[in-house]
Amino acid sequence: MARQPRPPFLDRRRYRIERIRDAARLLPALGLALLLVPLAWGAPGEPGAPGNAAALLYLFGLWAVLIALAALLSRLLRSGADGDEP
Amino acid sequence: MTLGFETLVAASLAYVALLFAVAFLAERRQREGRGAWLRSPWVYTLSLSIYCTAWTFYGAVGYAARSGLEFLTIYLGPSLVMVGWWWTLRKLVRIGRTQRVTSIADLISSRFGKSAPLGALVTAIAVAGITPYIALQLQSISLSFAAIADRGENGLVAGDLRLVAFWTAVGLAAFTVLFGTRNLDPSERHHGIVIAIAVEAVVKLVALLAVGAFVVWGLAGGVAETLARIENAPVPMWTGERGRWAGLIFLSAAAFLTLPRMFQVMVVENDDERHLAVAGWAFPLYVFLMSLFVVPIAVVGLERLPAGSNPDLFVLTLPLAEGQEGLSLLSFLGGLSSATSMVIVATIALATMISNHIVAPLWLRARPAEQTAGELRRVVLIARRLSVAGVLALGYLYFRLTGAGTALSAIGLIAFAGVAQILPAMVGGVIWRGATARGAAAGLAAGATLWAWTLFLPSFGVLPASVMAEGAFGLSWLRPRALFGIEGLDPLLHSVMWSLLVNAGLFVLVSLVTFPTPLERLQGESFVNVFDRGPAPRALGRAAAEPEALLVFASRLLGRDAALDLFREEAERQGKSGHLPDTTPVFLARLERELAGSVGAAAAHAMVGGLAKGSEVSVDDLMAVAGEAQQIIEYSARLEQKSAEAERTARALREANAKLTRLAAQKDAFLSRISHELRTPMTAIRSFSAILREEDLRPDERRRFAGIVEAEAQRLTRLLDDLLDLSVLKEGRLSLDRREGYLSDVIDRALAAAGVLPGSGLRVIRDPSSEIVPVVTDLDRLAQVFINIVSNARKYCDAPSPELRIAVRRRAGEVIVDFVDNGRGIPAEERELVFESFTRLGGSWREGPDGAGLGLAICREVMARLGGSIAYLPGQGGAAFRVVLPAGLARAAE
Repeated sequence: MARQPRPPFLDRRRYRIERIRDAARLLPALGLALLLVPLAWGAPGEPGAPGNAAALLYLFGLWAVLIALAALLSRLLRSGADGDEP
Repeated sequence: MTLGFETLVAASLAYVALLFAVAFLAERRQREGRGAWLRSPWVYTLSLSIYCTAWTFYGAVGYAARSGLEFLTIYLGPSLVMVGWWWTLRKLVRIGRTQRVTSIADLISSRFGKSAPLGALVTAIAVAGITPYIALQLQSISLSFAAIADRGENGLVAGDLRLVAFWTAVGLAAFTVLFGTRNLDPSERHHGIVIAIAVEAVVKLVALLAVGAFVVWGLAGGVAETLARIENAPVPMWTGERGRWAGLIFLSAAAFLTLPRMFQVMVVENDDERHLAVAGWAFPLYVFLMSLFVVPIAVVGLERLPAGSNPDLFVLTLPLAEGQEGLSLLSFLGGLSSATSMVIVATIALATMISNHIVAPLWLRARPAEQTAGELRRVVLIARRLSVAGVLALGYLYFRLTGAGTALSAIGLIAFAGVAQILPAMVGGVIWRGATARGAAAGLAAGATLWAWTLFLPSFGVLPASVMAEGAFGLSWLRPRALFGIEGLDPLLHSVMWSLLVNAGLFVLVSLVTFPTPLERLQGESFVNVFDRGPAPRALGRAAAEPEALLVFASRLLGRDAALDLFREEAERQGKSGHLPDTTPVFLARLERELAGSVGAAAAHAMVGGLAKGSEVSVDDLMAVAGEAQQIIEYSARLEQKSAEAERTARALREANAKLTRLAAQKDAFLSRISHELRTPMTAIRSFSAILREEDLRPDERRRFAGIVEAEAQRLTRLLDDLLDLSVLKEGRLSLDRREGYLSDVIDRALAAAGVLPGSGLRVIRDPSSEIVPVVTDLDRLAQVFINIVSNARKYCDAPSPELRIAVRRRAGEVIVDFVDNGRGIPAEERELVFESFTRLGGSWREGPDGAGLGLAICREVMARLGGSIAYLPGQGGAAFRVVLPAGLARAAE
């Protein structure tokens, strides 16, 4: 079953919802990239090894930011129309 | 208050009793229809927290004490999945709801053509993978019992640990059987259980936060102080294990999607897709809070507790060592709830899978569906209860085999790696239409085998040391820890890498080279494009089943009332009264989905298929569906064509109408003219006859008047003759007098009759040699046509020196005679009217003395009768007429 062709131009509200959806799709990618930052850290004893507290604060801080962004996006998504586009 | 063994047993029993009460009340409220709040997004989020088991509650601290922040990977992976719910989970949940998926095995089986073997394979993998996980819970409960009770004089010995684990398993089995397998709900939802685990989620979060707060503010002396202690802790928080960091984030994300109990709460128990929007951030927040105090507890525990204490129990032993009996009890209950909620949901999920994908298909294979529907319901229920007990027994067995010495997180990761084998088939099936059942089976089987060989079997020591060191059959590349000779990898990463690589590789490769069955392709389409279609997927199957037989059958599986409701609803939808709808394919598909909720997609498909006498979807069925679609396409194409035709007809009608309107106007004008034409000679004849009656007329006058009367009478006669002629022609009553002659003679006659003689004003240009054409036709009639054309030219050609060119040609069996004059011609807009009767054209054409407007109309009728035609020829520099005679006649004469 072919998809229905989408109109090339959306009204402003609809357009905004689409961009929020884009952001919701991108958020896990951003999160993953930032979560892989420790791969660049040095092992214990090597130069560039983070302090214990710094490593802890970085990861928990990042996590908290991700949660906050997800909460914000989900609020925006829910206030938008319940469209069915994937 | 002192915590002793008896206190713990009493507290545990009281806690379990509370859970019973909660589950019972929730189920009752639900049945009474007052359970709206039971389906809130918050309950959904809390139910997802069964991801946090005793592994999290106890094991995370132990993990952190051993490997620093690596424990976070287990929560970061799932957090990413939930944060990206818009991408992944939404589709899974939508598929789960539209296809009435009951378990992850059902999802895979359903996607790949409702394949029973695939469902069984996934079930087997899940059971093997979850067994260590359940053992982990039993171990943690018995350890926590031991940790508290050991302080007493009568310390627990190993036998007592096993006893604790054993009775825990028995108690959990009883609870699960009571609430999880009481009935066969078509939607496979368990509201009582969901509420119970939501309560447990709150208990374990509160317990862990309480212990954490006590450690941070009670023992360490505040946040800054705690951070300082962490900074100076003996374990590095970042261990530099880069491969494990990335690998475990991936593995935990994969396991989050494929763990049967996660699938159960996330997809099967989901009431509303929109709950995902809340869970998308609330679940990461929950695991964030669960992880928040893990590192402080681990660091303070390492500092304060004697060396050699099991770090897996810090959450419990730390408050205990500080004399916080109440907090210890809370912590114990938190651990208990973490373990029990996981075991309950995991065993329900596994029991559903075992009964639906192993027992039911075997049972159905043994006997036909019609005879066994009632029995099947009983068999499925019994199978579920036995499966619950069996799964717990397996977990207990694994616990006995491994002893209680292994770190909790190590056991958990083995389970993760096992269920992650389902990921390629699941993700591939959902996003790739080309994935086939054989590909999925090949990938799953190979991945599971590699996992068992490299991780699962070595974990409980069934492989002899020689195999571990030298590989099976003396083949060193088969060493479980160094497949293909690649050594030095972390055993877990080694296993995950090889098993998933081979799994995904085979899955893709075999899918690429095999050909899916029609049902597989259909299911693939509806899975991959689940957002493109409405909630009702296309139905298949022949509608040969008696609705009554189906109703009897369905009521045995669904229960009488549910089945009656379903059938009445469908009948209403079809616009029928009563309880027996037509067994349309749509209805059969719906029934199949409802039944799939009870016994799984493969079994439901087999049963409905068997009843509907279309046990397999054949290519013929598919062709019929395709044919239907084709018909619809053709029909719409025909409609389009018809509307185009209608458009054309409408246009033709508009033209005809315009012509008719013009003609009607002409006719009115002509009627008045013809009455005038008739009246003028009549008036002349009447008045001159009256004059002739006078006595005193001179003879010459009398002769002149008599001549006028005669001429007028002739004119009248000619007019009437023309009218008569035309009506005769129109009615087709004209009899033809065919004779043989030469065209040149006919033209000669016509010129003479029309009064065109040399020197008469109109110069005629002819080519005599071309005119020697023999014709067999009604020569007089043909001459009449020519006369008409020539006299028209003589009358109406308005050139200063009028000319008429007559050209005769033979072409493709036709004889063509063109008459072209050098006058002004006929205006374009009047050309099509020229051949209509009663037509008199405007302009110079009106000045004709005796034209009644019938000449060309008569010509057209005559030519039609003669088998030829006459037409106006545009673009010749004057009025031009082409007369075409059929050559058949001409040739016959030769």
